[in-house]
Amino acid sequence: MKNYSVFDILGPVMIGPSSSHTAGAARIGKIARELADKDFNGVSFYLHGSFAKTYKGHGTDKALVAGILGMEPSDERIKHSFELAEKNNIQIEFLEEDLGYVHPNTVKIVFHYEDKEDFYVIGSSIGGGNVTITNINGNEVSFTGDYPTILVKYKDRKGVISEISTILAKHHMNIATMNVTRENKIATMVMELDNPITDKIEEEISSIDEIIYITTINPIKR
Amino acid sequence: MFNKACELRKLCIDNNKKIYEIVIEKELEEAGISHQELLDKMETILDTMKKSANSALNKSVISVSKLTGGNAKKVEDYKNTRKTVAGEIINSAMAKALSTSEVNASMGKIVAAPTAGAAGIIPAALLTVKERFDLSDEDLINGLFTAAGIGQIIAKNATISGAEGGCQAECGSASAMVAAAIVELLGGDVDQALNAASFALINVMGLVCDPVAGLVEFPCIFRNASGVINALISADLALAGVKSLIPFDEVVEAMYKVGKTMPEALRETALGGVADTLTGREVKKRFQ
Repeated sequence: MKNYSVFDILGPVMIGPSSSHTAGAARIGKIARELADKDFNGVSFYLHGSFAKTYKGHGTDKALVAGILGMEPSDERIKHSFELAEKNNIQIEFLEEDLGYVHPNTVKIVFHYEDKEDFYVIGSSIGGGNVTITNINGNEVSFTGDYPTILVKYKDRKGVISEISTILAKHHMNIATMNVTRENKIATMVMELDNPITDKIEEEISSIDEIIYITTINPIKR
Repeated sequence: MFNKACELRKLCIDNNKKIYEIVIEKELEEAGISHQELLDKMETILDTMKKSANSALNKSVISVSKLTGGNAKKVEDYKNTRKTVAGEIINSAMAKALSTSEVNASMGKIVAAPTAGAAGIIPAALLTVKERFDLSDEDLINGLFTAAGIGQIIAKNATISGAEGGCQAECGSASAMVAAAIVELLGGDVDQALNAASFALINVMGLVCDPVAGLVEFPCIFRNASGVINALISADLALAGVKSLIPFDEVVEAMYKVGKTMPEALRETALGGVADTLTGREVKKRFQ
C-alpha cells in the first residue's frame, strides 16, 4: 500500500482545472525547458489522445506554454502564458498527432532554434500532477522530474558507469533509480538521485572521455 | 501508524488524543520535517483555500471553456437580498463551494482537496463553520489535519480518483473528510467524527463521475455545492448523537467495491450520465 502524506491528500496547490490536464502539463513543459537549450525561438506541441481532444477546455495549451517559459504549476500567470510567449518572441503552435501506443495524456514538445537543429521531449501526464518523461530527442528514457536527475549519453565502454557512480559517491550522492539503454554503441543513462546536483558534479562527470552529452535537472515542483 | 480507521480510533482513545494530533505525529515521523514547517505548509494550504472560496463571490468568474461561471456570485447575491428556502448558512456554504470550483475552472489557484474536481467542498465547509462558531485559523489548520487523516484512510484502502471510483470517490471523500473535521472542531469525539465521515460517504454512495465534454465543470461544480451541504448535515447528525450502523472502514470498502463495479462510462470518461445526453454530446462536439 502506498503511503500518503497529508499533502498528497490536501494538495497540490495548483492552477486549475485539472491536475492531469493542467498541472501535469505545466510540469512536462517545465522539465522539457530544463532539458533544452534556452535560446529557442519557437515551440511546436504535438498533442496526443485526451490531450488532443480536450486541451482547449482544460487550458492544457496555456499550461504547456507556461511550462516552457519556466513557470511552475502553481503560477497564477499560467492563464496569460500566450501573451508572455509573444512578448518573448517565441512562436507557438499546437498540432494534434497520434504518437502511437502511449499514455492518453501525452505531448511531444519540439523546440526550434534560429541556428541549431530542433530538440524534442515527449512526456505523459499520468494523474494527480505526476508526469513521466519518455523520450528525449529520440532517446527512450523514463523519469518523473520528482528527483534530481542526471541524463548522460556516452560511448559504451566497460567501467563508465562505475566512474560516474564513483564521482557521485565521492559527493555523498545516493542513487535512487538508474536506467540504461544502448543503441549503436551509444548508451543513454538516466539516474534519479536523492540529493540536489551541483555544477561541480556535472563538470566532473562530463570530464570522463566517453561522455558525449550530459544534462541535469533538479526537481520540478508540483 | 495507522492504515485503517479502527487503528486511528484506537490510537486516539489509548493516548487520549484528537485525530489531528495523531495525524500530525504520523506526518512528522514519516516526512522528516519540523513541527513548525509542517504547520507553515498547512497554513499555505489554508490561505489558498480562503482566497479561492471567496474570490468569485463578488465578481463573476467565467471558466476557460466559457461553459460555466458566475454562479457563486448569483447565490451570494440571492442569499444577501432574499429570504432563501434553505437558509443563510446553507446558501453561504454553497456560494463558497461554487467559488472555489469556478476559480478552478477559470485557471485560478486552488488546493486539490483531495482532487481539483472536488476542491470546493473542504474550504467552504470549514469557512462556514469558522464564521458560525468564531473559530481561529489555528482551529482550521487542526481541522485540515483531521480531514487529511480521513483522506489518507480512504486513499489507502479505496480510492480518491474519479477515474477509478466515480464522483463518490472525489466529492464523497471530500465531504467525509471535512465532516469528521467539523465534528472534532466542535468537540465531538473520534467515534462521532468517524460516524460523520460514514454518513457523508453513504449519502452519495454510487455517485457517478460524468463531466460534460470531459471538463471539470458541469456537473462537478454543483456536486461541490451539494457536497458541502452533505458534509454539514453529516456533521450535525453525528454531533446530535446519531450513530452509523456500518463502521467507517466498512463504508470505505463498500464505496471502493461500488466504484470497481461501476462501468467505465461512469468514471470520468465523459461517456455516461449527463455527459451522454443529447445536449451533453452536442457540447462535447464544440470542444473537438
